[in-house]
Amino acid sequence: MRGLFAARPLLLWPAGCALLVASVAVAITIGPAGISVGEVAAVTVSRLGGADSGLSAIREGIVWDLRLPRTLLAAVCGAGLALCGVVMQSLLRNPLADPFVLGVSSGASTGAVLVVVLGVGGGALSLSTGAFLGAACSFALVLGLGHLSGGTTDRVVLSGVATMQLFSALTSLVVMSSADPEQTRGVLFWLLGSLSGASWPDVWPCLLVLLLALPACLGRAPALDALVFGQDAAGSLGIHVARTRLALLGVTALMTAALVSVVGAIGFVGLVLPHAARAIVGPGHRRLLPVSALAGAIFLVWADTVARTVLDPQELPVGVVTSLIGVPAFVHILYRGRRTA
Amino acid sequence: MSLRAEDVSWSVGGRMIVAGVSLEPAPGQTVGLLGPNGSGKSTLLRLLAGVRRTSSGVVRLDGAPLEEIGRKGAARRIAVVEQEATPQVDLTVGDVVRLGRIPHRRAWAPLSSADEAAVEAALGHTGLTDQAEQSWHTLSGGERQRAHIARALAQEPRELLLDEPTNHLDVRHQLELLDLITRLPVTTVIALHDLNLASMFCDHLVVLREGRVVAAGPPERVVTPRLVSEVYGVRAVVSPDGPGGRPYVRFLPPTGEAR
Repeated sequence: MRGLFAARPLLLWPAGCALLVASVAVAITIGPAGISVGEVAAVTVSRLGGADSGLSAIREGIVWDLRLPRTLLAAVCGAGLALCGVVMQSLLRNPLADPFVLGVSSGASTGAVLVVVLGVGGGALSLSTGAFLGAACSFALVLGLGHLSGGTTDRVVLSGVATMQLFSALTSLVVMSSADPEQTRGVLFWLLGSLSGASWPDVWPCLLVLLLALPACLGRAPALDALVFGQDAAGSLGIHVARTRLALLGVTALMTAALVSVVGAIGFVGLVLPHAARAIVGPGHRRLLPVSALAGAIFLVWADTVARTVLDPQELPVGVVTSLIGVPAFVHILYRGRRTA
Repeated sequence: MSLRAEDVSWSVGGRMIVAGVSLEPAPGQTVGLLGPNGSGKSTLLRLLAGVRRTSSGVVRLDGAPLEEIGRKGAARRIAVVEQEATPQVDLTVGDVVRLGRIPHRRAWAPLSSADEAAVEAALGHTGLTDQAEQSWHTLSGGERQRAHIARALAQEPRELLLDEPTNHLDVRHQLELLDLITRLPVTTVIALHDLNLASMFCDHLVVLREGRVVAAGPPERVVTPRLVSEVYGVRAVVSPDGPGGRPYVRFLPPTGEAR
């Protein structure tokens, strides 16, 4: 499986980046208002200070204010979730770990319903802020529980599972006891993950966190490689295991919290894309981390395009699409990898 | 001078696992660590590698405490082969051996030609050159242990620490593996269960019981019926029938009487 690109990693970069740019450009053209790739390029050039696009304000608005930020946000989220997935799986030595294993998404949902349904913060807090605070609380709880129970990786995973259950129960409690049907539907839609209504102010913080997290993770690629045989083995290869783990847990929790607070809990990307990327480039993190990020970005751009067009004029939560596409893809990977298990 | 442990101890939850052990393998020597399960062999190896911090006492490398040398500096000198380490994802033999170059590389750097050469040499030493592309999951137990040793050799260590590397291997692979290890030009400390293998391959033996050294010296001085009875609680006959007159242990069934 890891033939061509494992041997020639240099081919992968231009190919992957070109594919991402092309995906973004083409995805923007798809939708009720027909727009060509040329028009997308013209609008982008004009908005970045180049020549006038010659398009009507409405068509320019569709490209620049609606579809471009949404598509870019999809790319950023896909990259971020896949990156978190790789780090979590390697750090916790668990192939089922994903960005939400630290309870971040359930904490975020509790924070969100407290703000939306119960009005905590008296209108001063937005849904995103509430979600971010909830995510931070649950992450702190997971780390605390994990530390108290001995700090080994399986204890961290178990603490995550327990925390997830706790916050899911709290979310259900709040929704069942006080939400009206309209609020319930809104929260549910957000919980499943949705990129609808994405705007530039949503894109910037997520992009910033991704650009900070990517080098932070890449710089620790050797440590992630070394952890493949466990903590003591990594230690004997000169890795400060505790320090590395804390830093990477912090980075991934921050990134997951930032993404979840904007787009909700988009499942499956962080779980499956790392496995797919591993099948392409092998287990070395120097290649695996950026390739996973690229693959995640491309995947989510297309998943969101499907989500917003397939039931037009209705929209599907993108999380539904990622799972519907992701599960067969995952089964395929499992099937191809059966001999090595 | 090489690795030296000075009166090192390690305790957890108020229980002493290693209690005041001193050890100084001569350069190039193979030192065997013996003792029943739970006698502190694995922990002592981790202290010697600097993976665990001593509760008291100090481990020195060429006179400098390991803590001052730092994790990475220590890993450039001391390589460890853990007990039964299995990877979480599918790796090739080459992937595993290249891990050994981590302490010598900077985070962003690709493999240099020196790295490649060290990996090639390690694969050659362990007879794995032709299996470099083979998947870990398809290897036999003996090949896996050799791959671990190749990874350790790729670190280009001068001190090699091994924790029961012959576990789960058949007799032939046990002998081949120990023969390989003892012929390496490094100082080796190796935890072993098998008294006969230890007597056959080690220059010096250290016997631990409940974290303390109860005997140390060349095999013919250390391996005696009395020691076997004291440390392992079993009866044995020891004769000079090993290679070169080294001790050979033959165990006897329990008598049923008070020992």
